[in-house]
Amino acid sequence: MSATTPERVYAELTKGIWRENPIFVQVLGMCPTLAVTNSVMNAIAMGVATFFVLVGSSLLVSLLRRLIPREVRISTYIIIIATFVTLADSALEALVPAVHKELGAFIALIVVNCLILGRQEAFASRNPPLLALADAIGMGLGFCIALLCLGGTREILGAGSFLGVSLFGPNFEPWVIMVLPPGGFLMLGAVLLLFAVLRQRKRRPKEVGA
Amino acid sequence: MNELLWIFVASLLVNNFTLYYFLGLCPFFGVSGRLTVAFRLGMATIFVMIITSLCASALNAWVLPHAPYLRLISFIVVIASTVQFVEMTIKKLSPVLFRALGIYLPLITTNCAILFLALTQTSRDYGVLEGLAFALGGGGGFALALVLMASIREEAELSSVPAILKGTAINMFIAGVLSLAFMGFAGLFSSAGN
Repeated sequence: MSATTPERVYAELTKGIWRENPIFVQVLGMCPTLAVTNSVMNAIAMGVATFFVLVGSSLLVSLLRRLIPREVRISTYIIIIATFVTLADSALEALVPAVHKELGAFIALIVVNCLILGRQEAFASRNPPLLALADAIGMGLGFCIALLCLGGTREILGAGSFLGVSLFGPNFEPWVIMVLPPGGFLMLGAVLLLFAVLRQRKRRPKEVGA
Repeated sequence: MNELLWIFVASLLVNNFTLYYFLGLCPFFGVSGRLTVAFRLGMATIFVMIITSLCASALNAWVLPHAPYLRLISFIVVIASTVQFVEMTIKKLSPVLFRALGIYLPLITTNCAILFLALTQTSRDYGVLEGLAFALGGGGGFALALVLMASIREEAELSSVPAILKGTAINMFIAGVLSLAFMGFAGLFSSAGN
């Protein structure tokens, strides 16, 4: 089951990017997803911070998996995650103070991102470090990609710009609603709908063939 | 007094935790299938919020000035123990409710609305009373959004939703419209002269 072959590592690495994408397929960690994707820059900062925390804590949890007693495992994971979040929080504050200010409490809220705790409980605590690392990198990348998709679309539609660079010239009337809170829900709803359509399309030819 | 009322109304309606800040979305989508369960989870969350707010005030007054880097860790430990306490109480008093809430009861720990409450209270330098008003407003706002969502979803179950939209997608659209409706409260800010 937990034999570390190159094929297995590759499979764990790629599954998070598309097939089990944390946001589009598993619909986990939605609070930061919706709250910070009103611009591309915020989405990148959030994605990088989450990636760092996920990879760091998965590796540590996997290394310590035989030492953590079952009864207190959730609290242990939370404390490990909180430590990494404190690191990421301070690093962002020092490196990009403007973005840190805009994201506000949401960097600290990575602690309670259910995606991270979910990966510790479901994967890192049961698998050797290399597999846990591959899984975390895959999931983290999938999360970043999803944030970028949402952030990109919302910024392009809602502000007519990408990374602050204006795209359509002065005549474009921005869809202000897309950068406001309702836009987040509507956008994610639209993306989930798109995924449902894609999945149905994929299934139909197979049913005909069978 | 006015100040306290303002904090309460602002966090209840204008800056609703769920529909404006996107906090606590997991239970918001997960437990909003049945109205009664949604209402009780809302009440449990308000209770945890009040206790957390009091503990956060105490921590801010005595512990954190000496060790600011412990902020996140100490808050999360307080929240986790409060939730444990609530869980034991509900299990004892109402086993039916305990089963109905299921996994979402321990998951109050990872409800980001609660950690957000503690952090925001700290960054805005709220005192004990202000913190309580904030907790009541924020928790009430979460419960309100949850109950509204549950009521709409119970209705939506009876109407003919296209098969492809069923599940999470339609819930997202419902939440979007709710959030749109709550944006109407933003007008309160300017008319109240604040």
